[in-house]
Amino acid sequence: MSQDITHDEVAHDHHDHDHKPKGFVKRWLMTTNHKDIGTLYLVFALAMFMVGGAMAMIIRLELFQPGLQFVEPAFFNQMTTMHALVMIFGAVMPAFVGLANWMIPMMIGAPDMALPRMNNWSFWILPFAFTMLLATLFMPGGAPAGGWTMYPPLVLQGGHNVGFLVFAVHMMGISSIMGAINVIATIMNMRAPNLGYLNMPLFVWTWLITAFLLIAVMPVLAGAVTMILTDRYFDTSFFNAAGGGDPVLFQHIFWFFGHPEVYIMILPAFGIISEIIPTFARKPLFGYVSMVYATAAIAFLSFIVWAHHMFSVGMPLGGSLYFMYATMMIAVPTGVKIFNWVGTMWRGSMTFETPMLFSLAFVVLFTIGGFSGVMMALAPVDLQYHDTYFIVAHFHYVLVTGAVYAIIAGAYYWLPKWSGHMYNERLGKIHFWWSTISVNVLFFPQHFLGLAGMPRRIPDYSTQFAEFNMMSSIGGFAFGLAQVLFVYIVWKTVRGGEKATAQVWEGAKGLEWTVPSPAPHHTFSEFGPVDLSKLANGEKFSILSDIDEKDDKQK
Amino acid sequence: MSEASNDQYYVPHLAKWPIVGSIGLFVTFMGAIQALNSQTSITPWLMFVGIGIILWMMFGWFGDVIKESEEKLYSTQVDTSFRMGMIWFIFSEVMFFAAFFGALFYARTFSVPWLGGEGIGLATNETLWSGYEGVWPTNGPADLNGRFEIIDPYHLPLVNTLLLLASSVTITIAHHALRANNRKQTIIWLIATVLLGAVFIFFQAEEYVLAYRDFNLKLSSGIYGSTFFMLTGFHGLHVTLGAIMIAIITIRVIKGHFRPESHFGFEAVAWYWHFVDVVWLGLFIFVYIL
Repeated sequence: MSQDITHDEVAHDHHDHDHKPKGFVKRWLMTTNHKDIGTLYLVFALAMFMVGGAMAMIIRLELFQPGLQFVEPAFFNQMTTMHALVMIFGAVMPAFVGLANWMIPMMIGAPDMALPRMNNWSFWILPFAFTMLLATLFMPGGAPAGGWTMYPPLVLQGGHNVGFLVFAVHMMGISSIMGAINVIATIMNMRAPNLGYLNMPLFVWTWLITAFLLIAVMPVLAGAVTMILTDRYFDTSFFNAAGGGDPVLFQHIFWFFGHPEVYIMILPAFGIISEIIPTFARKPLFGYVSMVYATAAIAFLSFIVWAHHMFSVGMPLGGSLYFMYATMMIAVPTGVKIFNWVGTMWRGSMTFETPMLFSLAFVVLFTIGGFSGVMMALAPVDLQYHDTYFIVAHFHYVLVTGAVYAIIAGAYYWLPKWSGHMYNERLGKIHFWWSTISVNVLFFPQHFLGLAGMPRRIPDYSTQFAEFNMMSSIGGFAFGLAQVLFVYIVWKTVRGGEKATAQVWEGAKGLEWTVPSPAPHHTFSEFGPVDLSKLANGEKFSILSDIDEKDDKQK
Repeated sequence: MSEASNDQYYVPHLAKWPIVGSIGLFVTFMGAIQALNSQTSITPWLMFVGIGIILWMMFGWFGDVIKESEEKLYSTQVDTSFRMGMIWFIFSEVMFFAAFFGALFYARTFSVPWLGGEGIGLATNETLWSGYEGVWPTNGPADLNGRFEIIDPYHLPLVNTLLLLASSVTITIAHHALRANNRKQTIIWLIATVLLGAVFIFFQAEEYVLAYRDFNLKLSSGIYGSTFFMLTGFHGLHVTLGAIMIAIITIRVIKGHFRPESHFGFEAVAWYWHFVDVVWLGLFIFVYIL
């Protein structure tokens, strides 16, 4: 049944419709093309990664030695706050949306995203939002400095920047919600007619679940920052105990957003890794269905564990116990994923191109971050680590060697498809080893610093912490420099290089590898059944997908 | 533009409205920030400019979509995308209200009783707020903004509940009339719905005047005032938007838009109106009665 169209149809489309709009404004500002919007997202994310990275360099510079040397403490606080906001909302999330834009329509045989104009709007809100946020750095009183978590009452003392912070977060939220709606509508409504849910590549699955998380929690963040706004400017008492409110209320609302947000930043990463490892192990993904269930389970659990960020703030004992046990449960579906990746590699004929190297490092280093997470889930022990460098080490292991590594792996993996050129494998490997050694020099010592009691978000420290801090700073500078190399490699690849084939990777499966490299401006313009044998699990679940298809086509 | 058939998904080319919308949002928010941060109270003219740009964008954007729809460029699949978009947009609105309902429930079950010395709040109450009882409704242990009275749920709010419930019925009647291709009935019942919404908003404004002038119940009246005005205020804003949306689809029906078998714009507005109605029921129970 599944031999209907592939190359002919695509080539025909390519020939017929591949007229990109002329001129910069039309091509980029007014685009409705999922590939161009994906590119915009990715370029924006890379730019923000560099801005946030520069802030991290300032932080590590100040912490190179004990004592205050380079920046004022107030500015240091602005750097820690802005580094987090820029990296989370400006780099990691837009990078994932960019990958979703580029890959999801091609992976499911759709002509574009379901709502192309709204897709443009989701992106173009972001540069304005970050202009608003970053502008505060140049204002009297400076940028927000109360931490990215925006806890009151500290954040309310931020002076003029509170309004900028709140409205910038609102804009990011609007952007994310629209992006997520688009992803859901695309995946549920735009799959090729014979492509069932269980034929979907795992990247598509993880993004579908991530999109649900986004729509559920971004409005809650909007509500929380609106309460900050009214407490600051309109005399409400949400977070003011004198008026019957409670600062801890903010923490509950914020972390009801914040914990799912953590998974928003890691589930698409799981999806990317689940695409790459089977390709270079030349084996189908081990336990595909269990991967889907594990992703859904993680997403569900993410809604009922938020107060594990708040053990030290004080809550009834029953609350602490519940949130501790519920949190530790997340290790089960996450463990399923880790073992499935290992199972995929088991007895595979593996090769170690750059995307695979980053993916392997992801599996190992993300697991380290996961373990330190389980340590912190223990309520009585967390009181010792809370707000120390241990937590900094933990979330940088899951976010840098987790989310960012997955994004970099995905970039190397799909860059030949986007640009039509192979990246320089030797430089890629140098980038990998340089990054991976330096990132461990950067973050591993921070575990020891935290266990020894060094608090986070403080520009100075006791001299006993000097060696590990210097080590960490050296690792930090090296890691920062390695990412400049990454930008250079991407730039070189986009400009030219060895021509990539449509297949690109010998072991790669999926519809995106059936279209030429670079992918033409429009792919799959005609709706029609796709060749399921090209999909990693197209044939295995074809019976299921037939049933699915009948359900879908009842209209 | 290309002909649409069921195997071709309409993908618009070159959209100028999104970038206009982004500029509009930016200008609106910058204007709001400027007004909030100024020491003296100024007219937020920049914000009004921004809102003007957003309105221009909405007219242009929706206008384009309506035009494309009337040109029959949309297949049933495009229709499904729009439906999903609206459903998940409403879900995101539900979650926005959930944050404020969450704040209300937290204050009533935890923070206020704790301040009154219950459970873990014993020492807080003894040392900081000795004598505070922690009973709802409250403006907090510091008695912020002084004594206040609350709105009696069985006067204006009850009338408003009946008005909104009635408006849900009228919009459903209008929907049935549209499906029966009875345009006159559709228009009559839509106008009735708009009127019911408008009267609701009028009574709500009346209630605010009452609260501020006679009851000394203000936004600054501690946690009760905060939750009361933020929840009812955001709801009132949504009713206003919903009523404007219904007014617009009324004009569209008068202009001859929509067909008995295809009228997603109508349905989307009706869904939104029911959502606003359900939120009100939550408000009526948890804010006014309990």
